[in-house]
Amino acid sequence: MVDVTQQLFNGLVGGGFLAMLALGLAVIFGMLRVVNFAHGAFYMLGAFGAYLLLTEAGVNFWLALLIVPVGLAVVGMVLERAFVHRLTRLDPLYNFLLTFGLALILQDAVKSQYGTQSKPYSRPALLDGSLNLGLFEYPRYQVFVLVFALVVCVAVWLVLARTRVGMIIRAATERPELTRALGIDVGRWVTPVFGFGIGLAGLAGVLAAPMRAVHPAMGADLIITVFAVVVIGGLGSIFGAVVAGFAIGMVQALGNLYVPAASQILVFILMAVVLLWRPTGLFGREEVLT
Amino acid sequence: MSIAEMARAASGTTRGGAAERAAGARPAIRWLLLAVGLTAALAMPWVMYPPIAFDIACFALLAVSVDLLLGYTGLLSFGHAAFWGTAAYTATLVSLQTGAPFPLAVLAGMVAAAVLSVPIGYLAVKRTGIYFAMVTLAFAQMIFFLANQWRSVTGGENGLVGPARELFNMDLSDPFFFYYAGLPFILLGLLAAWRVVRSPFGRVLVAIRDNPSRARALGYPVHQYKLGVFVISASLAGLAGGLFAISHGFASLQEVYWTTSGKAVMIVVLGGMGTLWGSVIGAYLVVQLEYFLSDAGFEEIGIVTGSIFVLVVLLFRRGIWGTARHTLEKLQRRRE
Repeated sequence: MVDVTQQLFNGLVGGGFLAMLALGLAVIFGMLRVVNFAHGAFYMLGAFGAYLLLTEAGVNFWLALLIVPVGLAVVGMVLERAFVHRLTRLDPLYNFLLTFGLALILQDAVKSQYGTQSKPYSRPALLDGSLNLGLFEYPRYQVFVLVFALVVCVAVWLVLARTRVGMIIRAATERPELTRALGIDVGRWVTPVFGFGIGLAGLAGVLAAPMRAVHPAMGADLIITVFAVVVIGGLGSIFGAVVAGFAIGMVQALGNLYVPAASQILVFILMAVVLLWRPTGLFGREEVLT
Repeated sequence: MSIAEMARAASGTTRGGAAERAAGARPAIRWLLLAVGLTAALAMPWVMYPPIAFDIACFALLAVSVDLLLGYTGLLSFGHAAFWGTAAYTATLVSLQTGAPFPLAVLAGMVAAAVLSVPIGYLAVKRTGIYFAMVTLAFAQMIFFLANQWRSVTGGENGLVGPARELFNMDLSDPFFFYYAGLPFILLGLLAAWRVVRSPFGRVLVAIRDNPSRARALGYPVHQYKLGVFVISASLAGLAGGLFAISHGFASLQEVYWTTSGKAVMIVVLGGMGTLWGSVIGAYLVVQLEYFLSDAGFEEIGIVTGSIFVLVVLLFRRGIWGTARHTLEKLQRRRE
């Protein structure tokens, strides 16, 4: 029983990463109809950013948690203006291909600079050691990651649901032409929203640095799992992306416990089941046949 | 502009227009192209390192199989490494275990790829557009994890070394001779793709690409057509993958990794979607470039290939063959 609860806890922590990445993908997709293949690369850049700030400039984890996502959001906005923007009026597949090319460049550029070996990044002193959760001892840092991921997801949801900016973004996501006809400048929000999604990926990367190996390929395999997560949750639904992220995290953790050989492929089996049963995803809407 | 419109413009399957008016001159040009292509295919191992020549042939067939879906049906498969890789492992295993002649081993790989493509295709055609790409990519990643996990069969990270190549007691271990033994199968695969495109079945595929709702309203079972072409495409990818593994005497995890799927898509887009010739030319350029870079000791190939890909998608969406055809048609129209 202790094993199961501990694994479920691990699952929630792993799910937190999937949820933050899926959330960024879903926000970007909602506003721009772009599926960002480079999302995993930005997660990797987030982790490398934290590592480089620490080793080159002595900047600690807490500052990196602020600086890196903001810096990457700016990079994201520049990329949106320079490249993505030119293709948004075309078939969404073109931007998928474009961001695939960007992912290849970013990953191999980091590899050529820092090699393929994993970089060590120690936990911040404040979060070292473990916490007694009643049933078992659990690393403090993992608890922090889980709480942080939940706070981020709830905060994004609150912004989207309760603020004027969120209202505009939701309206532009559902009916872009109508929103424009009501006199709202939708185009103004496209670049910041793209930057915000990239920033979320960077944030997840910084959080991953102390508990996962920091290396150039860390995002590439993860992003494909995140694609499966958003197919399961329904890419059009921000709520669905987050819920599916946490759920898949727990499924993977339970898989580790009961069927270790198959734990990596469980998410794809789940995706197959969802495609059979609800092709539009658990929380997705009917897609328009184009 | 949608992928469908771009493929239509590039492949010259426009309604009316210069393409059909110029149809009289077309057969002669076709035969000339075919003759040039065949000559080039036969001459390649004389002018370059023969194993590279065969890699080009294999990737040309893989790219053509991806283009059957992307250019002619409007479906972007980002998971063809699953079929290429499954066939690579199957062909190597069959020739290891049974000592069968290589064409039989390749055939076994092709059958394995076709069988695998039925459930994947059945599920993937439930979605369109960007979702189709993500679903095929995800299933291919599942095959990758399976291959990585199932060490007793695939050898995991070490890969699987195949036996020496021979056929009817002829020693084919020299890549120069193996090229000519394997080339007929590649050409058969390309011929099959060309037949599919030119058949009534292929015309329905183009109709589905251009307007799925209308195709359905006309009574065509769209899902079944898509599944049909998906299985054909996967079989051709399997044929290419099996031959590739036999020619290298080796099947590795690289064959089922997403970078291989991405390379195939890149070749198609560079050559021009909806143009079978374009995929062949794209394969030549990409394989040669990668060989040149790794020969020069440059390991981070992704920086170069990724940049080319970004540039092509931004500035050169018709691809090489599509641009050539477009320019020719424009010249023709001006002359009239």
